[in-house]
Amino acid sequence: MRTDDLVTMLSANVEPVGGGLVGRAISIAVAAGAAVALGIMLVALGVRADLTTTRAIVFLALKLAFAITVVGVSVRYLTRLARPGAEGGISPLAIVVPFAAIALFGAINLGGAPSAHWNRMILGDEWLECLLSIPIIAIVPFAVTIFAVRRAAPTNLVRAGAVAGLVAGGVSAIAYALHCTADSLPFVAVWYGGTIVLCTLAGAALGPRLLRW
Amino acid sequence: MTTSETELKALMLASLDGDATSYRSLLDRLSSRLRAYYKGKLARVGRGATEAEDLVQEVLLAVHLKRHTYDTGELFTPWVHTIARYKLIDYLRRTRTSASVPLNEGTEAMAQDDHADAESSHDIRKLLGRLPEKVQCSIVCVKLEGRSVAEAAVRCGISESGVKINIYRGLRMLATFIARETKHENG
Repeated sequence: MRTDDLVTMLSANVEPVGGGLVGRAISIAVAAGAAVALGIMLVALGVRADLTTTRAIVFLALKLAFAITVVGVSVRYLTRLARPGAEGGISPLAIVVPFAAIALFGAINLGGAPSAHWNRMILGDEWLECLLSIPIIAIVPFAVTIFAVRRAAPTNLVRAGAVAGLVAGGVSAIAYALHCTADSLPFVAVWYGGTIVLCTLAGAALGPRLLRW
Repeated sequence: MTTSETELKALMLASLDGDATSYRSLLDRLSSRLRAYYKGKLARVGRGATEAEDLVQEVLLAVHLKRHTYDTGELFTPWVHTIARYKLIDYLRRTRTSASVPLNEGTEAMAQDDHADAESSHDIRKLLGRLPEKVQCSIVCVKLEGRSVAEAAVRCGISESGVKINIYRGLRMLATFIARETKHENG
């Protein structure tokens, strides 16, 4: 095939293309993923029943604030990773900030408590449920996010996959937070933070295979 | 900002608005720049001009299919260069070469090499023949015979939006065929 012929073919009757499509597609995918995650949480786990106490409400708000910040920062980064040559505009370090903050609060909280309580504060009754639920609920949000990113043009597939995993883990944590009754900062730091990091690692491993174009 | 950036970006902006003449001129300029870039890179791993042309065409298709990912507020040349480099790395990986090619040489994709007759190893008619019937019909009518979308819709017996979707799908499938064929022949 002559390149000239290909150029003729591609430029024949070319359609206009609007701007901002990548950001919109990723936002829609994340919103859809969040809706599915909430649905799964409602059906399989249910919203926590003790939302009448101030302590429960404060901790719910705190978990949501953490997870929503993670999703917000990572969606912005992902939108850049999905466009060629746009990676430089934002620092990946911004992603670490919410994790560092919750880890710091958790550590301060532990430091102020007698060490006999540490085990209980870190593990709670729900660590296993949390460890399983967040990655499982993240599967659908991950799939739709990957689908949207693939439609764009990621060129660093490991990183784009990792950040897609991060977004999915964050979305899943938002949904799971509505169910979870483990109200302690160290618990949130270890199990929410840890499972979201697991989702990120899984995304990094899958990225090159799923995102190639 | 260099003249080539200003010039290419202006052409790209007009192309995104649907100006076919600007788009043709943009793709012509990109072809010669990409050709020089890939010839230089591939010569170092002992590959010839035909392989370079395979890559040029792969990138032209990629530029076309991914043009919605260009943010008009940003520079155009880094966008193209990132795609060109991505496709080179992908090509070297799938053809399993062990030689290392230095990839980080900034604006090298902006060199020039004009060969209007340059040919790749792909046969477009054969590749088109592998597309589903309606998809093939849409592409042949609009992209090869230059008919309007409305005419194509009547000829292929589908709606106008169906024609547009088919063209997009078809070009995407062609890009996939080309990538796979290159792997098959060299790998």
